[in-house]
Amino acid sequence: MNKPDWIRIAPVTDIPVREGRAVKIGDLEVAIFNLGSDFVAIENRCPHKGGPLADGIVSTLGDSVTVTCPLHNWRVCIDTGAVRKPSAQNACVRTFAVRIKDGLVMISKAPAAAEQEAAA
Amino acid sequence: MRQRLVLIGNGMAGVACVDQILKHGAPFDVTIFGDETHVNYNRIMLSSVLAGEKEFDDIVLNDIDWYRKHGIKARLGVRIEAIDREARTVAGSDGSITPYDKLIFATGSNAFVPPIEGSDKNGVFVWRTLDDTRQLVGMSGPGIKAAVIGGGLLGLEAARGLQVRGCDVTVIHIAGHLMERQLDPTGGSYLTQKMNGLGVKVLTGKSTKAVLGNGHVEGLRFADGSEIDANLVVIAAGIRPNSGLARAAGLEVNRGIVVSDHMETSDPNIYAVGECTEHRGQLFGLVAPLFDQGKVLAAAITGRPGEGFQASAPAAKLKIMGVDVFSAGDLDESKPGTESVRFEDPSLGIYKKLVLRENRLVGVVLVGDASDDHRYVNWIRTKEDLTKQRRHLLTPPPAADAGFDVAQMADSETVCGCLGVTKGAIIEAIHQHGISTLGQLKDRTRASTGCGTCAQVCQSILKAVSPEFEEEKAKVMCDCVRFNQEQVREMIRTQRLKSVQEVLDIYGNGIGCEICKPAISYMVDVAWCGDHDEDRSARYINDRVHANIQKDGTFSVVPRMRGGVTTPSELRRIADVADKYKVPMVKVTGSQRLDLLGVRKEDLPKIWEELGMPSGQAYTKGLRMVKTCVGSEFCRFGTQDAIKTGVELETRLENLFSPHKTKLAVVGCPRNCAEATVKDIGLIGQDGSWQVVVGGAAGKGVRKADLLVTVATSEEAIEAAEIFFQYYRENASYLERTYDFLERLGIEKVRRETIYAADDVRAGLIDRLRKSKARSYDAWLEGRQPRTTQFVQISPIETWSSV
Repeated sequence: MNKPDWIRIAPVTDIPVREGRAVKIGDLEVAIFNLGSDFVAIENRCPHKGGPLADGIVSTLGDSVTVTCPLHNWRVCIDTGAVRKPSAQNACVRTFAVRIKDGLVMISKAPAAAEQEAAA
Repeated sequence: MRQRLVLIGNGMAGVACVDQILKHGAPFDVTIFGDETHVNYNRIMLSSVLAGEKEFDDIVLNDIDWYRKHGIKARLGVRIEAIDREARTVAGSDGSITPYDKLIFATGSNAFVPPIEGSDKNGVFVWRTLDDTRQLVGMSGPGIKAAVIGGGLLGLEAARGLQVRGCDVTVIHIAGHLMERQLDPTGGSYLTQKMNGLGVKVLTGKSTKAVLGNGHVEGLRFADGSEIDANLVVIAAGIRPNSGLARAAGLEVNRGIVVSDHMETSDPNIYAVGECTEHRGQLFGLVAPLFDQGKVLAAAITGRPGEGFQASAPAAKLKIMGVDVFSAGDLDESKPGTESVRFEDPSLGIYKKLVLRENRLVGVVLVGDASDDHRYVNWIRTKEDLTKQRRHLLTPPPAADAGFDVAQMADSETVCGCLGVTKGAIIEAIHQHGISTLGQLKDRTRASTGCGTCAQVCQSILKAVSPEFEEEKAKVMCDCVRFNQEQVREMIRTQRLKSVQEVLDIYGNGIGCEICKPAISYMVDVAWCGDHDEDRSARYINDRVHANIQKDGTFSVVPRMRGGVTTPSELRRIADVADKYKVPMVKVTGSQRLDLLGVRKEDLPKIWEELGMPSGQAYTKGLRMVKTCVGSEFCRFGTQDAIKTGVELETRLENLFSPHKTKLAVVGCPRNCAEATVKDIGLIGQDGSWQVVVGGAAGKGVRKADLLVTVATSEEAIEAAEIFFQYYRENASYLERTYDFLERLGIEKVRRETIYAADDVRAGLIDRLRKSKARSYDAWLEGRQPRTTQFVQISPIETWSSV
């Protein structure tokens, strides 16, 4: 597992609660969401037709918190990156570990789960 | 050997009878003579044609293919003038002589015109046929003072149609109260109150003596010497059997053609059916018994005479200007041993009376709520002793379920009076064809495809009989909020909830989804007339950045061009913006506007600023545009100023949200160049008036808009559109287009609750619309003072050396 290499992104206040914002880091676009209690980050590209997930509505499906792609309503789990709807899809988007420090959102190339393990 | 069967009269009773004869598979060569030039249509529905709800095509019962398919020779526009019973021939008005083996009279009835001086003046009509209806439509409109002589069913239907066409209507009735044959005086006065409430004046106890005017009608004078102004008069004073031809042929005729229990006349080769008949001294005016007659006749003429015809107790279930009226049996309270049980609620306009004789029901009158009619008809029929049920005569026992009522109906009882479908026929069809929906039932039996008042009963029978039947449940919004929209609206109002999050926290799972959040966003906005806590996280991206997201994540920009009118300087700015921001596509839309496609989110505020035009709301569920035609300012044919009216209408409704997108059009003449008849709301200019139409569609499906009202001025037309728009905003489900809304509610209900609603109800709708409008604003102004990072892609403070 990669060791997290944290970079500072933006002040937490730049991302309104329950909304997402796109961040371009080199060739990569990341969607960062403010869930009120915490922040999450996933690749800003729906596996279906490349829709901008940062523009989607935060939603729920069963026990998962998802984001609904604005183009065709695919729902992607924002914790695991797995497509939850349509359910037959086996697709996944990349996730990124997020941490808040000194009022700034920081992300790492490591997947979200790695940060949770590190925290645990 | 094939017999020659001739039917005189191409109306509902006669053709339905022939249809029955064909079902017996009898070897007849059938010829039908009709003096009207039209195929068989549903005469009951002429009132809907008059009221602009239906076109002729909608009320056709048997199209020309039906005649062809059954090898029937249809001689339309030919009147039979004489019958030679010895030679067994009929002589037509075209000079033809047609031989018959069997002859059926189905000549129907004529309008009764009472002796009124001057009733031959221009502008005085009877109302019986499609052609009469078309003439009335042509004569009616705003500014026309219409007088309807006759306060029976036909007169009230005429009044309704003329009122919808914009006329100022007065009903004149000779008896002391309306519909005196069906209602008692109290029931009549309830109906009068309802009519007055809907804007129709009613004069009772008035005998019309003379039609005033010089050539064309100008007014009426009554027996008491009083007069009223009128420039259109409809005489609806009743009908008389059309039996002159039969009398001239030497058949036995009293008031109608006398028929036996098997519909035979005094000549063994001649039968009669329908309103022209007289059976055991009784005449007929309602359609249901006539279908029974047809069946009896069909059985007799094909040599299988059964029990014969028995006229049932007269029962009439009617909807008059949206008011339910039901009457059955004997209402005479003067006979010994008679008592009556009543219920009255003046505020609701509900009146019920049961006439009992020795604890048995003999008659019933219902006004304002006729939902229990089958219970009462059954009690009258069975002559059941009601002693045990005295406590529940007017309200059903509480435990009764929906199937209770229909279970009590006899199989032979007619459910659909328009098409003559019995309960037994419906049940048979359900079992035989595995029917489980009302749509399938309509398709198979045609039940409830006439006036539609029996749809509820059909539904109940389906529910009771069909194993697969599943009632259309009021759907919950989604898994997050397990209530239906109606309930959520109610919660927002009663709990005074002003934000989406409050609703989700209290009634949902606290997070929501893309289905419930935009819906609740809309509901709190409308419930509080824009004075809600706006939460952009609950809005779809289009409503966060006020532009329409495209497949590549870019956006489209459509500035508002009210009425489709622009200026050279606007066009220059649009061109400049398109050049400067390298907009990949500039497109003229179907809404008479220009669309700049392929704009990056970050560029939106700058583009709006440089355009200097307001948002066209082309991205949202709200008022989109008002299309217009050129109108009277420039067009050679224009009769109304469509552009000015359209621009004004758009100005009044722009920036408001609605359950789904709302598209409007205003046209200056009936040529309809801006397609107002397929818009959510359309204004159609005519010479001296406007028609306001609603619920049109030209999308996935095509639906012609329903006529809401006809008014004289453009201000009245705009106000009618405003009232309807607010009614739609408050009552439709989220994502329900006006055309689905209209299909669900029906135009009658919408009219009753909008333009014909009480003054305070109309004023309330307008008031709430104005409040919302006052709080609304041009969304593109947000470009000047954006919310937090509303339009930006965030630039990271740091970046990885490699990703």
